[in-house]
Amino acid sequence: MPDFGFSIKKSRGEDLDQVSLDKYRQLLEREPSFKRCFQCGTCSATCSARQFTDFSIRHIHTAFRRGDYETLEDELKKCMLCGKCTLACPRGVNLRPLIISMRQLLDETPVEVKRRRRQR
Amino acid sequence: MNRYWNEYQKAIADDRFFYERSCIRQTFFPGSETAFLKIMKEELGKDVFDDFRQHTCTGIGYHADVVPMETTMTVVARLFSLMTEHGYENYVPSCVTSFGVFTEMIHMWQEHPELLEKTRENLYKATGREFEIPKNLVHPSDLVYKFRFDLAARMKYRLVNRFTGRPLRVVEHIGCHYAKIFPDKGVGKAEFPYVLAGMIEAWGGEVVDYPERRHCCGFGFRQYLVQENRGYSISNTKKKLESMEPYEPDFIVTNCPGCTLFLDRWQYTIAEMEHKTYDREGYGIPVLTYEEMTGLLLGYNPWELGLQIHQVQCERLLDKIGIPYDPKQKYNAADGRILRAPEKPDNLLV
Repeated sequence: MPDFGFSIKKSRGEDLDQVSLDKYRQLLEREPSFKRCFQCGTCSATCSARQFTDFSIRHIHTAFRRGDYETLEDELKKCMLCGKCTLACPRGVNLRPLIISMRQLLDETPVEVKRRRRQR
Repeated sequence: MNRYWNEYQKAIADDRFFYERSCIRQTFFPGSETAFLKIMKEELGKDVFDDFRQHTCTGIGYHADVVPMETTMTVVARLFSLMTEHGYENYVPSCVTSFGVFTEMIHMWQEHPELLEKTRENLYKATGREFEIPKNLVHPSDLVYKFRFDLAARMKYRLVNRFTGRPLRVVEHIGCHYAKIFPDKGVGKAEFPYVLAGMIEAWGGEVVDYPERRHCCGFGFRQYLVQENRGYSISNTKKKLESMEPYEPDFIVTNCPGCTLFLDRWQYTIAEMEHKTYDREGYGIPVLTYEEMTGLLLGYNPWELGLQIHQVQCERLLDKIGIPYDPKQKYNAADGRILRAPEKPDNLLV
């Protein structure tokens, strides 16, 4: 293939008919304060892990809302659960319990489904 | 219903037009502008003036932020001064971006008369010329749309598949700068652009209504001027092609130089990068300008219309309509010389 100097970018659009939002709904039941999040990014701005890596709580939130769980399990492991984001959140979202709930929900995903996702 | 539809029409003059050519169309689709002039003058008997002193409208530089707006205004004013000098009042720019630039500049002058005075002063100081604002500014596709039924009566062919007897399925794509900047300047406005759909329906074809019909083609100036950014451009085009693929269109027709170019050429690039083509057999979907489509149906020679310059080759489409062509003359120059045939791509069949 000739070197064109650019590549085709994958669409970032989400087709909501193709994704399952079950886990997002379960998360809202476990941690209703998540509904108050208005995506300001204060959590990411204050995050210690964010200072040194590309870890972003805000991205994780967005991905979870869209039902895009594929890479989240590894991402969530980067959180050190220090709780600074919970202190900084202007909307009072219980971020530390929220992250723990996300980990638990993704951990409950059947092993077979996880394996298929990794293969994709 | 008609009452509401009337609100979506635009005033299109009947005769006496000053024609302005596009910077890029003469390279990309060399037969289109000549075909338009032939259609207007010989088929419809209209007065269209084609001045050899015309020049750029600065559209690409203006949208790339390298030409300031005051300069664009003065350059546009010089083009209008050529029209005024020859006694015309109806201006027809070949390019959709030029159409958008002229519409924008006229709107600015109407909203800010001091800018108009400043432009008149700048033009006079620089060239000693004076100008009038056109009474009617239309795109050539508006004119072909307006006279579509007159042309239909003169056409030798229709947009019908001669093997199946069914209408050809046509994707129509309107350039963004035609009606998305100033919606009331386009036939059907930005909501129901009908300028190309009207031609297709009048000439026997069937318009394909697909999900991404109004999506940008990917030409957006900032998306392609820098090589590294062209991924944005091709991603747009891919989104459109993927959306139209299930409807199996016979060809695409557009009224914008950029749309025709990128919907056509990116099919080659996508085929090289991803080994993907958007028709069943691997030849791609042909992309025509509206002048080429009109010219073909009127019986003009496909090679004189410049169809051999396209990336996706059009012979299979010509066969479907029943238009005769001589494969031996495909790469003959106008003076009879035989030009070297281009290399064949690896993945897109030709």
